[in-house]
Amino acid sequence: MSKPRVAIFDFACCEGCQLQIVNLEEEILDLIGAVDVVEWREAMAESSEDYDIAIIEGSITRSEDEDRIRSIRSRAKILIAIGACATIGGINKLKNNFDLDEVRECVYGEAHRMQHLDTAPTRAVDEVVKVDYKVHGCPMNPEEFTYVVRCLLMGRTPEIPDYPVCVECKMKENVCRWEYDEICLGPVTRAGCGAKCPSASFRCFGCRGYTDDPNITAAKDVMEKYDLSVDMLKSKLVLFGSKQEPTYE
Amino acid sequence: MSNAEVDVADVNIDVKHLTRVEGHGNIVVNMTDGKVEKVQWQVPEAPRFFEAMVRGRHFDDIQTIVSRICGICSISHSLVATKAVENALGVQVSEQTDMLRLLMHYSEQLQSHVLHVGYLVAPDLFGAPSVVPLVSQAPDAVLTIIRAHRVANQWSELLAGRITHPITLVPDGMSMIPTEAQLRDLAETLKATVPDLLTIVDVVLSVAENLPAFERPTEYVSLKQDDPPTYTFYHGHIASADGHTAPVDEWETVANEYVVGRSTAKWAKWHRDSYAVGALARFNNNAPLISPLGKAVAEKFGLEQGCCNPFMNNVAQLAEAAHVTEAALELIDKLLTKGLRKEKVRVKPRAGKGTAAVEAPRGILFHTYEFDDKGDCVAANLCIPTNQNHANIQKDFEAFVPQFADRGEDALRMGLEMLVRSYDPCISCSTHMLNIEFVK
Repeated sequence: MSKPRVAIFDFACCEGCQLQIVNLEEEILDLIGAVDVVEWREAMAESSEDYDIAIIEGSITRSEDEDRIRSIRSRAKILIAIGACATIGGINKLKNNFDLDEVRECVYGEAHRMQHLDTAPTRAVDEVVKVDYKVHGCPMNPEEFTYVVRCLLMGRTPEIPDYPVCVECKMKENVCRWEYDEICLGPVTRAGCGAKCPSASFRCFGCRGYTDDPNITAAKDVMEKYDLSVDMLKSKLVLFGSKQEPTYE
Repeated sequence: MSNAEVDVADVNIDVKHLTRVEGHGNIVVNMTDGKVEKVQWQVPEAPRFFEAMVRGRHFDDIQTIVSRICGICSISHSLVATKAVENALGVQVSEQTDMLRLLMHYSEQLQSHVLHVGYLVAPDLFGAPSVVPLVSQAPDAVLTIIRAHRVANQWSELLAGRITHPITLVPDGMSMIPTEAQLRDLAETLKATVPDLLTIVDVVLSVAENLPAFERPTEYVSLKQDDPPTYTFYHGHIASADGHTAPVDEWETVANEYVVGRSTAKWAKWHRDSYAVGALARFNNNAPLISPLGKAVAEKFGLEQGCCNPFMNNVAQLAEAAHVTEAALELIDKLLTKGLRKEKVRVKPRAGKGTAAVEAPRGILFHTYEFDDKGDCVAANLCIPTNQNHANIQKDFEAFVPQFADRGEDALRMGLEMLVRSYDPCISCSTHMLNIEFVK
């Protein structure tokens, strides 16, 4: 069987998830051995329009990018979204909480009306085209990335956790961040990161998005126990969690 | 008529989305009958509006948000944001916190410089389209680069909690600090990495003749620290190799961002029509203070203070890679001598405005924030290194094209691509960056 042809593309993002691929270090040589990387602008001069798997980093924020992602989707058999910008819209969605004209004026001043500065509400990739697999996180977890790629090469469906970060955090025997009067989003956020942030004594800020069915009742109980207001929680939820329902039909 | 003459007469270069750089940039050159009609460095990156997005967010979320400006220099963005927030809130961090953060910052310089020179620049020097073919051509060299990159990343992870987007930086301190045993291990690892760094230096040296001999005097701007005199990445004031200085708080009077006619990118200039930031700027301002190993690396390539060949930025990065490794060993020694202790973090919101600067691997970086009395952000202004290099890249292009046009279109295109890469641009740090209209 010939090796699958893989292309990596970026949209609005910090390119930190592509960096996680580079950060596989020696393991990247195994990856290059198992697949044919035919386009990866950040690392390679080569390019190609013929690929089986498209790996997408970044959010869709302009109409020209919408055209581009549709064209990539039409060429790829499998499309993988990597990182929060692509999977849930990520930090880029903070912009959606403001009037977009006002956002442009705030950053670009008098020049803001120029047409090329047009910006549309930020969308995750699956709000524009069908996404087959998601590697969550900001940045994505490189181990999860290689796991997903391995599964695809072996013809298996990757299993992505659908339980909250608290599960992994408890297994690490961390003291709950709520005990330190911090609003930690562990109770509603999808696990799979190994509870990296709370393990570094930093609250979870929800970069992997919510679980499919977040346990709101339990979250409310936690809120009541620690005597905190819903407004305070909302202010933290908005960081990575601004409106994220897929609208792709 | 020879081919070369045909090439000189008509050149049509249109590089869309230049490869092996962070972010999106285009190169356009048109020459007709030997006359240069258009030379442009263009940036079509999707703007992301960070300065607008941070408004309304609490001070303790600022570094988490703005670190996402750039994956490669997320530590620099987090550090400068944390410092600026602390300045706004009137917080003075402990000596230990300051030293641990500096140690974290050094790790990013090494990681970014190895990544840039090893993965993004080396292929040009070896005539390869990417590092991938080099894996079979020069496996030992590639494995050495990977090893050094891994060490730098593990070093970042120890201090920042993970490799990209730090999770240990909180206003007034660190949420987690390494143990003394971990610091001792790090010191051993760094000592063992020095031979690898020297191997990388020799590999680049073996093909250094492929760095074009091109010079264009410009103003080199970086941080400079007098007390104590240090090759600084983290403290000090703004200085230029032309002898000018300014306090960090007044960065807006240094950057003087402006919009240029048909090209709508915000550019920067101080005393000349453009200025350069990055490793070469730091070297030109601080060369006598570089570590012995950094000095030795610079000497191998004949890099001297006052160099104005932008391609030598790659060499300055190699010298700095050696320097930060040595400087880190010294810093670890100091930390271990003093002994590490857990420190309490105490911050109260208050209304105020704060500014800070650090040297990102690719140049000086400024953040300014203003908060209301609840500690919510009301305004932000950020100025990133690649923005400051923008005009300088354009001015280099204008000087480079006539000088190198007789080499033919392909060589000219290659030279211009290498020129942009040598600046180690970080284009998705697009906070201030405007798109450029194509001029038809």
